[in-house]
Amino acid sequence: MSTLEIKDLHVSIETEQGSKEILKGVSLTINSGEIHAIMGPNGSGKSTLASTIAGHPRYEVTSGSITLDGEDVLAMSVDERARAGVFLAMQYPVEVPGVTMTNFLRTAKTAIDGEAPKLRTWSKEVREAMEQLKIDADFANRNVNEGFSGGEKKRVEILQLELFKPRFAVLDETDSGLDIDALRVVSEGVNRAQETNEMGTMLITHYTRILNYIKPHTVHVFVDGQVAEQGGPELADELEANGYDRFLAAVSA
Amino acid sequence: MTNTPASPGTATDDQDATAEEVAGVEVGERRISIPGMTEEGENLAAETNSASDHSHGGVGESEKKPLTSGVGSRANRHTGFDLADFPEPKGREEEWRFTPIKKLAGVLSDAASDADAVEQQVSAPDAVTVSSLAEGAAPRHSVLQPADRAAVVAVKNAGEALHVSVPADAEIDEPVRVQITGQDAARRENSHIVLETGVNSKAVFVLEHRGTAQFNGNVETIVGEGADVRVISLQRWEDDAVHVGQHDAEVGKDASYKHVAVSLGGAVIRLNTNFRYAAEGAEAEMYGLYFADSGQHIEHRTFVDHNSPRNTSNVLYKGALQGESARTVWVGDVLIRAEAEGTDSYEKNQNLILTDGARADSVPNLEIETGVIEGAGHASSTGRFDENHLFYLMARGIPEREARQLVVRGFLHEIIQTIGVDSIEESLAEDLENELEIAGF
Repeated sequence: MSTLEIKDLHVSIETEQGSKEILKGVSLTINSGEIHAIMGPNGSGKSTLASTIAGHPRYEVTSGSITLDGEDVLAMSVDERARAGVFLAMQYPVEVPGVTMTNFLRTAKTAIDGEAPKLRTWSKEVREAMEQLKIDADFANRNVNEGFSGGEKKRVEILQLELFKPRFAVLDETDSGLDIDALRVVSEGVNRAQETNEMGTMLITHYTRILNYIKPHTVHVFVDGQVAEQGGPELADELEANGYDRFLAAVSA
Repeated sequence: MTNTPASPGTATDDQDATAEEVAGVEVGERRISIPGMTEEGENLAAETNSASDHSHGGVGESEKKPLTSGVGSRANRHTGFDLADFPEPKGREEEWRFTPIKKLAGVLSDAASDADAVEQQVSAPDAVTVSSLAEGAAPRHSVLQPADRAAVVAVKNAGEALHVSVPADAEIDEPVRVQITGQDAARRENSHIVLETGVNSKAVFVLEHRGTAQFNGNVETIVGEGADVRVISLQRWEDDAVHVGQHDAEVGKDASYKHVAVSLGGAVIRLNTNFRYAAEGAEAEMYGLYFADSGQHIEHRTFVDHNSPRNTSNVLYKGALQGESARTVWVGDVLIRAEAEGTDSYEKNQNLILTDGARADSVPNLEIETGVIEGAGHASSTGRFDENHLFYLMARGIPEREARQLVVRGFLHEIIQTIGVDSIEESLAEDLENELEIAGF
């Protein structure tokens, strides 16, 4: 069993007005096999947490720690984090011109596993994973995310999640911009990865809709860069009924 | 790094990004991408792209210019065979302002070729006729329209022209290869090549320049009706070579024409590639790939003349630069004349700056004289390596060095893949690897 532990994390970004603190002391522990939903209003720091875990250079950790089974994640480069088993499904996946999906998937898989996947089984695995996520076979020959619709990009993120088999996945608003069919397909992919790999999952979302498909063990409500409250799945139901007003009022009071 | 826009003095009708219409025609945001001058996801580095400096004349601006061609219009550029009409450039002229004129003294003078300046070898399949054309012999000068001093002095001094002719209905699988090898950096060569393709023929011509010389060469290509023709011009000169030239083509009815220029070696390269149409229904493309190191000046000027209705054109030039004084220029003119109704046209230039100190100029000019077109667009971006691409690949476990290599190779290989001759594609890929090694990619 593995543990991803975030302790009293403070994160700032540089703006034109100077340094601005976005995360103001976040603590969170995720074990293998657990699903944690991070919910909160826009601007509460959810995506900052996701990008910080992945090591995006824009975010500066001013104090606190992130560890993976005791190893200092913050000391790792972006690619080392991925190879250590942390995966970020991005909110806005980037288009990479001139690099085909096939080439990209094989290169990344080789980097993560430390050895090239066996050609025949790998091709089959990719093909089957694409079928399950209802991604057209022809996408394999296209450049990474180039010309893909928003929904297609999200499916391709989950395709990678299934193929790379990370120990921990951070899903940054994977549900945004998905229609109901795509949401179901994508959720099934996450659940498959969860079951097959005993994955720990941090599911960042603005809406409760995706929680009908992916059942969280714990729900954390994020407000103004901090965890305002945590509870079981019933907390999501309360948010669905009452929105974030109760938490926002507490902040402004 | 600099991205120099078209000067405000030119009367070209670059549209503004805010302009939804060009000459009353909806062109749509996908087709017009200035001032971001990029299609989504293809911007190499938005933050370093100084496209906001891009100046726009004409349509879409408050001060509307008439839709007829102005003084700086490509339609009014002088072309002709009289040397007296082309004085030696001083460097301030619009068409010379980016060029290091002094370094071109050896090719702009009205001088004959030196003996043994180049060695020229032609290899062609049996069905192809290889001969020569004396000055004034048809079809010489039926397509070429000298548009600057360089072209006209070469026309005047070239002597016999190489004439390669592919008969009607012939489908040539093997490329016709013209190997031009410069013998001495001090020797001048004036060269003239006429490529003629018959009705419904299919052929690939490869012009490969190696060695070193002061080379001034014109190429004219007659693309027969329904023909499918590719002209690949490879500039693989040694470091001290100088190459100027004009490549013109006239594309026949329902024909398909592709010109690919790859410029890797040479001290100064200035290649003007142009095409126009003989009739309707044709598809014509120009692709370019250049890689400039310190001390190199590589300049490409493309001109698409939509002089007749219902034709399609596409231009894509990509460049990489590395080293203190690496310098590249791309000027892309597209003129959609009043009679060219139903035109569909697009042009794009992208430059990747790999190290400090390099400079790329990129000037897309689009002039539209009719509102009845299918589409017209242009885009340009010049920037550094995109950190977002890097982050995405690294977040998937790919080490930084490998991620950079993937992105840079992907960027450059897009053009190589248009050549369609395996042996050349492989050998160019190797050359690129060697270039990339210099900057540590």
